[in-house]
Amino acid sequence: MSQTTLAPRDQGAPDYTKYLHPLMAKNYGKWDYHERLRPGVLVHVGESGDKLYTVRAGSPRTMSADTVRKVCAIADKYCEGFLRFTSRSNIEFLVGKKENLDPLIQAVEKELGWPLGGTGPSVSNISHTQGWLHCNLPGSDAAGSVKALMDDLIEDFKNEQLPNRVHISSSCCQINCASHGDISIIVQHHHAPRINHKNMQICELPKVVAICPAAAIRPATINGMETVEVVEEKCMYCGACHGQCPSMEIRDAQTDTLSIWVGGKMSNARSAPTFMKLAVWGIPNNPPRWPEVSAAVKTILKAYKEGGKPWERLGEWIERIGWQRFFEKTGFPFTRYHIDDSPEALSTLNRSAMLRL
Amino acid sequence: MSAKEMALNTPMLNELESGDWPSFVTDLKAYSKKRPVVAQLLNQLEESYQTKWNYWQGKIINAPGYGGGIIARGSDKSDKYPGLANFHTVRVIEPPGWVYSTDALRDLADIAEKNGAGILQFHGMSGDVLLLGFDDAGSLQCAEDLMNNGWDIGGSGAAMRTLQCCVGQARCEMACYDTMKMTKHLTDTFIHYLHRPEFVYKFKFKLSGCPNDCANSIVRSDMPIIGTWRGAMQVDQKKVAEFIDQKGMEYLIDNVLTRCPTRCLSVRGKELVVDNSDCVRCMHCINVMHKALKPGKDRGATILVGGKRTLKIGDTMGAVLIPFIKLETDEDRDNFTDFVEKVWEFWNDNGMDHERIGEFIYRIGMLTFLKGVEIEPDPRMINRPRTTSYIKFEELGPSRFDGERQQNPPVWNRESEGRETM
Ligand code: HEM
Ligand code: HEM
Ligand code: SF4
Ligand code: SF4
Ligand code: SF4
Ligand code: SF4
Repeated sequence: MSQTTLAPRDQGAPDYTKYLHPLMAKNYGKWDYHERLRPGVLVHVGESGDKLYTVRAGSPRTMSADTVRKVCAIADKYCEGFLRFTSRSNIEFLVGKKENLDPLIQAVEKELGWPLGGTGPSVSNISHTQGWLHCNLPGSDAAGSVKALMDDLIEDFKNEQLPNRVHISSSCCQINCASHGDISIIVQHHHAPRINHKNMQICELPKVVAICPAAAIRPATINGMETVEVVEEKCMYCGACHGQCPSMEIRDAQTDTLSIWVGGKMSNARSAPTFMKLAVWGIPNNPPRWPEVSAAVKTILKAYKEGGKPWERLGEWIERIGWQRFFEKTGFPFTRYHIDDSPEALSTLNRSAMLRL
Repeated sequence: MSAKEMALNTPMLNELESGDWPSFVTDLKAYSKKRPVVAQLLNQLEESYQTKWNYWQGKIINAPGYGGGIIARGSDKSDKYPGLANFHTVRVIEPPGWVYSTDALRDLADIAEKNGAGILQFHGMSGDVLLLGFDDAGSLQCAEDLMNNGWDIGGSGAAMRTLQCCVGQARCEMACYDTMKMTKHLTDTFIHYLHRPEFVYKFKFKLSGCPNDCANSIVRSDMPIIGTWRGAMQVDQKKVAEFIDQKGMEYLIDNVLTRCPTRCLSVRGKELVVDNSDCVRCMHCINVMHKALKPGKDRGATILVGGKRTLKIGDTMGAVLIPFIKLETDEDRDNFTDFVEKVWEFWNDNGMDHERIGEFIYRIGMLTFLKGVEIEPDPRMINRPRTTSYIKFEELGPSRFDGERQQNPPVWNRESEGRETM
C-alpha cells in the first residue's frame, strides 16, 4: 500500500455547477412547470421553452463499481453524461433530446434491469440503511428486506394508482436511520441489555450512563470491576446504550421482532408534518424474504387505495376516517400497546366527547 | 487486499435474486469474481441470515487531521473471513442535490475499487456517498485519492454533519431559494466543524426549496431550512381557466378549494381568488395546479430548530425560529452563518454531553432559548399561547434595595446538570 501524505485540506462540498446537465445550468431558477408523461418519466419545461426529460428508476442503492460504470455508459450514450439520485435512492437519468427517451428506457429496463417508476401517487423506493451488510447495531437486514418488499410492491412502484405518494422506510434498529415514512418498519427488542462486564473497561462510563433516556443505567462495582448495571424496571429496551457501548448487547435473535408504523409525513401540503404511529407489532424477523412484513404492508396499501381521497397522504386518510376505522379496515388488532405511555403520551389521548359510536 | 479466493455459499441470499426489483446480491455475486473479498462479505451476510445475528463491531480510525468520516468496522469472524478484519466505510460529501457527471461517478468507482472492496452506496441516510470495504491503509489512501481529485470526506460524531438538499432551482419550479448554493456555502463556511467533532453532539442541516420539504428536513435535521415566500402567490388566471376546462369545476372544488388548510381559496366564474393574508404556504394548491399557480416573487426561507428522531425525549419536529429570512445575496448568506454561530455558541456553552439542540430546548424551554440566541418572540412560533399559569415574570418581581429588578436564575445553568438529586 502506498504511503499516505494526507493532511487536512477542508475542501468542502464538490462544485456542483460542473455536474449540472447543460439544460439544468441554462434554466437554473427559471423552470416554469413539469408534467408526468408516464410513470417514471417527467418533463420539466423552462421559461425559455427548453424541455428536460427525467427518467426515474429504482436503484438498489448498494452497487458494485462495475454497475456504477454500466450506469455511466448508459448516461453517456443518452444523457449527455449527467444524472442524479433522489433522497430515496431512486436514480434519475436526465435527457435533453426527446429521441433519446425510448432507447434510454430500453437500456435502463433491459441492460440494468431497473424498473421505471416512483413518480406521482406511487410507492417510491424504500429509504433504508446498512443492516447486517455493514452496521454494528442491526437486529435485521436492510438491503435484503428492501429488495424482498419491493419485489412484492413493484406494481405500485411502476404505476401511479394510489391516492398520493407513499414513502416507506425500513430501519434495522431503534435508532431508525431511515426515519419517518407513510409506512415505517423498525426492529423491536424485548428485554433489557445484557451487560458484558468483562468488556466494560473500554470507554468512559459516564457516556453510556448519560445516553439512557430512562435513567436506567448506573455505575456499579461487580466482582471488583468498575462497570454499570441496568435497573430493569426503568429500562424500556430502546437500545440507545448499545449504540454507545458494544458491551451492552440489546439484540436477541430469538426474541427480536419487527413493528410497522404508519402516517409519517414530512411535507407541509394540506396538513402539518406528522410522526409515524404504531400500527402492528410482533411481526417475526424472518429472512430472507420477510413475507409477514410484505403481507402487512400490502394490507395497509390496499385499505388506503380503497379509502383514500385523491391527494390524501396515508396519515391524512387515517386521521379523516379515524383510527378505530383504520383498525377495522386493516383487520389489525388494536391492543393496549397502541396507547402511548411515553412522556408525550397525554397529548395522544382523546380528550373530548367526539367519538364515532 | 489480502483476500483469498473463497467459494460463495449463499443459499438464503440466493432467494433474493428472484423478483423484479434489482438485486444487490446478483450484482455483488458477479463482482466477487473480480474482488474476492466480496465473496467473504456475502458469505458472512449469509451467516447473518442463517443465525439472525450481526457480526460487525465498531472500531475507530481517523485520517490525520480529521475527526470523522471513516466509519470503521471489523468482523467478529475475521478468522473465517480474514478480508473482513478491517472493512471500513468512507463517507464522501455528496455534490449538493446529488447531481453527477459520469466522469465524477467513474472517479468514485475507480477510487472505491482501487483501495477497497469496490462497493458504493447512493446514498447514505446522512446524504454522503458511501464507499465500502477498506482496511486501515486502504481507508487512508482512499481519503487521500478522494482529496487529490477534489472530493472531501463527510462528517461523523459530535460534529456538524454532511448537509443534504433537494434539487431546488436546478430542476424544480417550486424552489424559493438556491438550495444547492446554500448547501455548498454552509458546508464550505463551516467545514472545520464538519471535520473536527467539537460540539456537545451532532448537528445536522437539511435544506428544502419549498414547504413540500423533499429533503425531509423538518424531522431529520437540527436546523431545517425550508423555502417559502412573502405576500401574494403568482396566479395565471388563463391557466386557471384551462385547468377548469380540462379537469372540471368539481375537481377544483373537491381537490383544491376544500383542501386548503385555511380555506383561503374561492372561485368566481373561472377565476381563482386567493386570500393571501390567510395562506399558510402549504403548497397544496400549487402542487395540484402547478401550471397556473406559483410561489410569490418575494422569496426566502423559514428557519426552524430542533428536529430529531426519538432518542431521548421522543421525536421532535423542528420548531419555527426565524419565520422569514432572505437567502439571495452573499450578504444574506453571511448573515445567516453569523446567526448559526451564535446558536452553536449558546448550545455548546450550555448544553450537556450528548444533548441535541432539540433536547436542549426541551430542557431549558423555548423562551429561554430565544433569549439566549437573541431572537424576538413571534406569534408564528407557536400554535397557541401557554395554558400553564406558573410563570417567572421578570418585569414583575420584587425590586431589590438598589432599585434593580430581581434576576431569575437562568434555567440553562450547568449547575442543574445531571439527574443525581443527592
Ligand atoms: C443514606 C441516606 C439516603 C439515601 C441512600 C437516599 C437515596 C435517595 C434516592 C435513591 C432518591 C431518588 C433519586 C431519584 O430517583 O431521582 C432520593 C431522593 C430524595 N431524597 Fe434521599 N436519600 C438519603 C437521605 C436523604 C435525606 C437525609 C434527605 C433529606 C433530608 C433526603 C431527601 C431526598 C429528597 C427530597 C429526594 C427527592 C428529590 C427529588 O425528587 O428531586 N434524602 N434519595
Ligand atoms: C428521616 C427523615 C426523612 C425521611 C425518611 C424522608 C423521606 C422522604 C421521601 C421518601 C420523600 C419522597 C422522595 C421522592 O419523591 O422521590 C421525601 C420528600 C420530601 N422531603 Fe423528606 N424525608 C425526611 C426528612 C425530611 C426533612 C427533614 C425535610 C425538610 C427539612 C424533608 C423535606 C422533604 C420535601 C420538601 C420533600 C418533597 C420533595 C419533592 O417533592 O421534590 N424531608 N422525603
Ligand atoms: S438503523 Fe440502526 S442498525 Fe440500521 S444502519 Fe442505522 S444504526 Fe445501524
Ligand atoms: S436499553 Fe435504553 S432504557 Fe434500557 S438501559 Fe439501554 S439506554 Fe437505558
Ligand atoms: S422541496 Fe420544493 S423546491 Fe425542493 S424539490 Fe421538493 S418541491 Fe422542489
Ligand atoms: S398554499 Fe396551501 S394554504 Fe396557501 S392557498 Fe394554497 S392550499 Fe391554501
